Amino acid sequence: MSEITAKQVLFEPIFNNNPIGLQILGICSALAVTTSMNVTIVMCLSVTAVTAFSNLAVSLVRAQIPNSIRIIAQMTIIASLVIVVDQLLKAYAYEVSKQLSVFVGLIITNCIVMGRAEGFAMKNGPWLSFLDGIGNGLGYSVMLLFVAFFRELLGAGSLFGVTLMVPVSQGGWYVPNGLLLLPPSAFFIIGLAIWALRAWKPEQVEEADFKMSRHTHKEAF
Amino acid sequence: MEHYISLLIKAIFVENMALAFFLGMCTFLAISKKIEAATGLGIAVVVVLTLTVPVNNLIYNNILREGALSWAGLPNTDLSFLGLITYIGVIAAIVQIMEMVLDKYIPALYAALGVFLPLITVNCAILGAALFMVERDYTFGESVVYGFGAGVGWALAIVALAGIREKLKYSDVPEGLRGLGITFITVGLMSLGFMSFSGISL
Repeated sequence: MSEITAKQVLFEPIFNNNPIGLQILGICSALAVTTSMNVTIVMCLSVTAVTAFSNLAVSLVRAQIPNSIRIIAQMTIIASLVIVVDQLLKAYAYEVSKQLSVFVGLIITNCIVMGRAEGFAMKNGPWLSFLDGIGNGLGYSVMLLFVAFFRELLGAGSLFGVTLMVPVSQGGWYVPNGLLLLPPSAFFIIGLAIWALRAWKPEQVEEADFKMSRHTHKEAF
Repeated sequence: MEHYISLLIKAIFVENMALAFFLGMCTFLAISKKIEAATGLGIAVVVVLTLTVPVNNLIYNNILREGALSWAGLPNTDLSFLGLITYIGVIAAIVQIMEMVLDKYIPALYAALGVFLPLITVNCAILGAALFMVERDYTFGESVVYGFGAGVGWALAIVALAGIREKLKYSDVPEGLRGLGITFITVGLMSLGFMSFSGISL
C-alpha cells in the first residue's frame, strides 16, 4: 500500500477501518444521540462536515503549523467550524438543536475529528484529507444509523418519527421495549455490531491476552 | 448546604458523566486495561474538572453572557456564541499550566500522571461538564461542587471498569467479541447498575 488512491481513502473507513468499530474514536456522541433517526442524521451530517473541512483546513496550513503548538492550532480550527455548525443548526433546525443540546459542542472533542486531523491531514494533501474526512464521517454515520435504527424501531415502534408498529398505549399491538430508549442499550447494540463486523472480517479480531488450554479429560486412576 | 450535598450526590451517582451521559468514552475505553493507569487518569480528571468548571463559570457569567459586559458600557452585547472556543481554550490552557506547575513542584506526581495530562484536553467529559454548567445556569458555588462531583463520578466509573477488565482478561470470550466488543457490553451492564441510582434526591 505505497500509493493511496482517492477511492481507498474514501471507502476504507466505512467497514475495514471503521472509526468506532476499530479505531475506538468518537464513541461518546455515538451513544447519546441515537434514540431517534432524525436527530442521528443531523448529528452524522454535522460530524461529517466538520471532519471533512477541518481535515481540509489543517492540511492546507500543515506546513506552517509549528510542531509544539499543533494541538492548539487544530483545536482552534475545529472549534471555529463547530461554532459555525452550531449557529446554523440553531438558525434552521432549532428543535433538533435543542434535542442535541450539548452534543453539538462536543463535536470539538470528538476524537474522530482530532484523530484524523492529527493522524491523516498533517501528512497528506488537501484533496485526500478532505476525502478522508468524508470517509471517516461516513463510517461513523453507518454505525450510528445502525444503532439508531434498532433503538427507534424497537424502542418506540417508529422510524423517522413515523409510527410503523402501533404501540399498546395508542391502542395498537406492539409493546415497546423501553430498555432500548435507555442509555445502556446503546452499549449492547454497539458491542453486538462490533461482533457482527468482526465475524464478517476476521482480520479485525483482537489477540487474546491468555489462551484457554484445551479441556482435557483425565481418567480416574 | 443541603443543596450542595444533593448536587454532589447527583453529579457523582445519578448523572454519572461516563455511565449516564457517555462522556469521555474514548479515554474511558482505551485507558481502562490496568487499575493503576485508570486511577492516575481518574485523579487527573478530578483535579482538572474542579479547576476548569468554576473558571469557565466565571468567564461565562462575567464576559460572555448576554448583558454581562454592561460594566464596560456594552449592555447589548451577547458573546455567548464564542462560548465553545473559549471553554476549550481555557481547558487547554489550564491543562498546560498544570503540567508545568506539576513538573516544577511535584515531579513525582507529574511522572505518575505522565501522558494522561495532555490527553485530558480532548476528554469530552471536561468540555461536557463546562457545557452542562452553562446549560443549567449554575452559580459559582454550585459549579465548584458540580465540577468536583462530576470528576469523582468519572474516576469511580473508570476504576471500576478497569477492575472488571483485569479479571475479564482470563475468561474465554467468543472470538469476535474479544477486546472492544466485550468491553462495550460490560460498560452497558455497569450503566444498567448505575441507573438504579436514578430518582434518588436528597
